Amino acid sequence: MSKMNATNHRWRKAKNALMQTLTLGCALLAIAPLVLVFYHLAKSGVGAVNWDFFTKLPRPVGEAGGGMANAIVGSFVLLGLAALIGVPVGVLGGVFLSEYGSSKLNWWIRFAADVLNGVPSIIWGIVVYALVVVPMKGFSTWAGGIVLGMMMIPLIMRTTEEVLQLVPVGFREAALALGIAQWRAIIQIIMRTALKGVVTGVLLALARVAGETAPLLFTAFGNRFWNHSLSNPIAALPLQIFTYAISPYDDWHRQAWAGALVLLLIITVIDVSVRVLTRDRFRKTA
Amino acid sequence: MNPTMISDEEKRGPVDPPETQVVGVRSPAPVVPPRPGAVLHGDTVPALTVRNLAVYFGKNKVLKDVSFEVQARAVTAIIGPSGCGKSTFLRSLNRMHELVPEARIEGEIRLGGQDIYGPGVDPVIVRRRVGMVFQKSNPFPTMSIADNVTVGLRLNGIRTRSVLAERTEQSLRMAALWDEVKHRLHAPAMSLSGGQQQRLCIARALAVRPEVLLMDEPASALDPLATSKIESLILELKKDYTIVIVTHNMQQAARVSDYTAFFYLGELVEFGLTSSIFTSPTQKRTEDYVTGRFG
Repeated sequence: MSKMNATNHRWRKAKNALMQTLTLGCALLAIAPLVLVFYHLAKSGVGAVNWDFFTKLPRPVGEAGGGMANAIVGSFVLLGLAALIGVPVGVLGGVFLSEYGSSKLNWWIRFAADVLNGVPSIIWGIVVYALVVVPMKGFSTWAGGIVLGMMMIPLIMRTTEEVLQLVPVGFREAALALGIAQWRAIIQIIMRTALKGVVTGVLLALARVAGETAPLLFTAFGNRFWNHSLSNPIAALPLQIFTYAISPYDDWHRQAWAGALVLLLIITVIDVSVRVLTRDRFRKTA
Repeated sequence: MNPTMISDEEKRGPVDPPETQVVGVRSPAPVVPPRPGAVLHGDTVPALTVRNLAVYFGKNKVLKDVSFEVQARAVTAIIGPSGCGKSTFLRSLNRMHELVPEARIEGEIRLGGQDIYGPGVDPVIVRRRVGMVFQKSNPFPTMSIADNVTVGLRLNGIRTRSVLAERTEQSLRMAALWDEVKHRLHAPAMSLSGGQQQRLCIARALAVRPEVLLMDEPASALDPLATSKIESLILELKKDYTIVIVTHNMQQAARVSDYTAFFYLGELVEFGLTSSIFTSPTQKRTEDYVTGRFG
């Protein structure tokens, strides 16, 4: 009997070790692309990242040099427009889901937001093409900002709802029991308590749409020059990378690598600031 | 109130530790000496009149036909076993139970003559007149001690600094917290101890100058010393306020209250002077509960 138990025990330990190795392997496999992407981008892109890259316009085909200044600025303009649309609508929608409404209605809104979060980005592009580009008779910065903003709304709505739900019920009750009107309590007490979480959600949504290319193909379109009007097409880093990467020129390929590196760094900076924000939050409550 | 008085109250605490009173509830010496003039339906004024109150959550009737008067400037304790409806009753007094979807009431509750459930009565206004302190202390974590005290005023449009400063000191003094925090009013509220946080919540509720203060087991999460501070505070506050306190602790009810209402299974079984509820209850169920035979 005891001998059998010993064998069982060894077999059990072996199975445990096997399982542990398997899961560790999968976890490593999951983060491997990140390491590879960073390594490859750094290797191929860092050579083309120079002062000109950040300050000059693209040169015509065949001429060496030039940069992506217009695309970098364009990306920030598009993100700014997107935030103007996505942040207020998304945050207030999240407040509704968390603080108001009926459970039935909110179930449907939540379900719709989750479906929207799963809609492929190229479909967003086509929708905004039909809704904005066609009536305005042309590609524009507006259309690009609108499509990115619309993509941010359901993302921000769900994260805002989630972080507001983390605010203990006791704070809501305490505020209402003081004779504070509900909307004031929400804005000045509940939102303030959850502010870091809301900001985190907004930053994550920005990081997510910053790299979108497909929806911009039909909307912002891209521009080889400086953009001077929101009614005109505008350049964006992902678009420029796409155009340069599929071109037959070696110089453009190098610049595409550099652009990809810069884009990834911008997104990493956003993600790291999210980490810092959330770490601070957990430390304070602990 | 002045600081020396508070420390007197605190000194009195250890003289009658809670433990010695467990068997004392039925002793000939009443735990709360009947005060002259504290006669039911006598010369006292009802602050709240509850008539035929029934509360439903959906189809579930959690309170049935409750009628009694809460006396002004006195402490009324609500006792009863878990689930008897005492918290629901307390919350119906400032319409906080309405936060539960599908909650509704029948009957009426009058606050100084006005039906708080009357047509056109805004629950926000009712709650300004009937303040509340909760079981778990809940100061707002993003605010300082001073900001917590004045939040009810600031969010109702009072911005004058002198008024806010004056009300901060006054409320903290009334909550017997001033001396402990006067040098760090701008420190985060969360830096206070559990008992201090609860007194801060009392100060916050007092700052909007309510007529009635509801307390939902305000000391059940506190240690004996902090509990005795809260209890002395309640005895001080009743000079100016009408207090209704829900408690699980019968010794506490006996120590702090003038009147006691015993609830069981959603019904008001007995209401009367605390001394008579604890020494000569008229109902068998009250007697069984206060002597610890069930509950």
